[in-house]
Amino acid sequence: MSVVEGKELRIVGFLCNWCSYGGADTAGVSRFKQPTDLRIIRVPCSGRVDPLFVVKALINGADGVLVSGCHPRDCHYSDGNYYARRRLEMLKRFLPFVGIDARRFHYTWVSASEGQRWQQTVTEFTTLIHELGPTPAFPQDQTVLKEVRA
Amino acid sequence: MNIEKLKEIVRTVLPSVDVVIGYKKGLDALHPVPCFVTSPDEIDALVLNPACTHNLAAYLPSLKKKTAVVVKGCESRTVVQLVQEGLIKRENVVVIGVPCQGVLSARKVLNAINHQPVVEAAFENDAVIVKTRKAETRLALNDVASDKCLTCQYPTPVLSDHLAGEQVESKVDEQAAYQDIRQFDAQSLEERRAYWLKEFDRCIRCYACRNACPMCVCRESCIAETRDPHWMSQKATLNEKMMFHMIHAIHLAGRCTECGECERACPMGIPVAKLKKKINMEMKELFGYEPGISIDDKPPMYTFKVEEEKIEEHKIR
Repeated sequence: MSVVEGKELRIVGFLCNWCSYGGADTAGVSRFKQPTDLRIIRVPCSGRVDPLFVVKALINGADGVLVSGCHPRDCHYSDGNYYARRRLEMLKRFLPFVGIDARRFHYTWVSASEGQRWQQTVTEFTTLIHELGPTPAFPQDQTVLKEVRA
Repeated sequence: MNIEKLKEIVRTVLPSVDVVIGYKKGLDALHPVPCFVTSPDEIDALVLNPACTHNLAAYLPSLKKKTAVVVKGCESRTVVQLVQEGLIKRENVVVIGVPCQGVLSARKVLNAINHQPVVEAAFENDAVIVKTRKAETRLALNDVASDKCLTCQYPTPVLSDHLAGEQVESKVDEQAAYQDIRQFDAQSLEERRAYWLKEFDRCIRCYACRNACPMCVCRESCIAETRDPHWMSQKATLNEKMMFHMIHAIHLAGRCTECGECERACPMGIPVAKLKKKINMEMKELFGYEPGISIDDKPPMYTFKVEEEKIEEHKIR
C-alpha cells in the first residue's frame, strides 16, 4: 500500500549495492513503513550511474528518479561517489534547461545502517512527486503534437 | 585574416609536414571547403575569409600523419582539448593560428538575400558584400555572424606555432559570455519545454551534428547506434530525438570547445549548440573550468575533489 494517497506513480531508484541498497534493506528489516512507488535498480556503485540513465528514465515516462550512494569518503571503491557527485550535479543543473523539472530528480547519500534516513528520504521524495503529479509525457508515437507544429 | 601572411607561413611549414589543412574555394563564395595541401603549387588555391567556417581540427584524430592545420580561436581550443585527452599528439601537429573577427553563418546570409544564388562575395573588415545576379547587398558582419561569434571570448587562438595576423581582443566582456543562456533560463519550465519540443520535432536524426563534432570520437561505437547496449530505437519519435540530443550534450560535458560545428551542420537549423553551451556555463560556475584552454588541465568529469567547494547537498524540497 502506498503511504501516499492516490494513484501509484513510477519512481526509479538507482541504489548503490554497498550502502543505500543495504540501507533500504535495513529499513525493511526494521519494518519501517515506506511508500511503494519506488522501483529499485541495484547498481554496484553510484559511480556506475550514467547521467543518461536518469535522462532516459525521465524522458520515457518515469515520474521521478532517485539516485543514492555511499556518503562521500565511504565509497566501497574509494572514489566512485565523488565522480557520481560531479556528474549528477551537472545533470541536475542541466535538466531545467530542456524543460524537465529538476525536482523530479534527486541524488543523496544513505549508508547501510541508516534505515531511518532511507525511510525519510523515500517518503519525502514520493510525497513530493505525488504533489508534482505524473510527468508530462514526451510524445512516443509518430503523430506529433499539433500545437507544437502550428 | 591575412591570406598573404598565411600563404607565406604555409610555404615555410610545408616541407616539414605531410599535409597542411586549409580552405579553398567551394561551390560559391559563401561556401569554402577544406583543402589538403601536400605540394607547394597547391598553396595558391588557399583562401581565407569570414566564410571559412569549418573546424579543420576535426580531421586531426583520424589523420595518422604529421599535419599542419589552420585554426581560428575556437578551433585552437579543439586542438588543445584533443591533445589534453590524448586523442592526438602535440608533436604531430603544427598549429597555424588565425586571429578571427567572427565567421559568417551561411544560413543567415542566404536568408538575408532571399536564397538567391551567390555570384560573388567581397569581405571587408566588418561587412560582407554579396552579389547575386539581381542585386548587390551589403550586410554588416555582426548581423550575419554565427551565433557563437557574438559571445566569443577567444578570437585569437589560445595555442599556435605560427600566427597569421595581429592579435584580436574579444569584443564581449566575460560577464556577457553566457548572457543568451541566462536569458533562456529565465523562462518558465513550460516555455523551455515547449521550445525544445518544437525544435527537436524538426530533427530528422541524420546525426550530422554528431558527425561534424570534433569532440565526438566514439565513431562506430556511439551509443546512439549500437545495438548492444541498445540505448535507442530507430523510431522517429520525439522522445528518441530528445534522447539523442541529450546523449550528445552530456557526452560533451566539460569537453565542448564551442566551435559551433553541430549547429552549422544541422540541415534543419536546430540550435543544438545551446545545449552544450549551457553545460559549459555550469562547468565554469561549478569548477571554474573552460574546455580547451590549457593542455595540462583535466576535464572536470574525469576528476574530482574530496571536498567540492561549489556542490552542496540537496534537500528534497
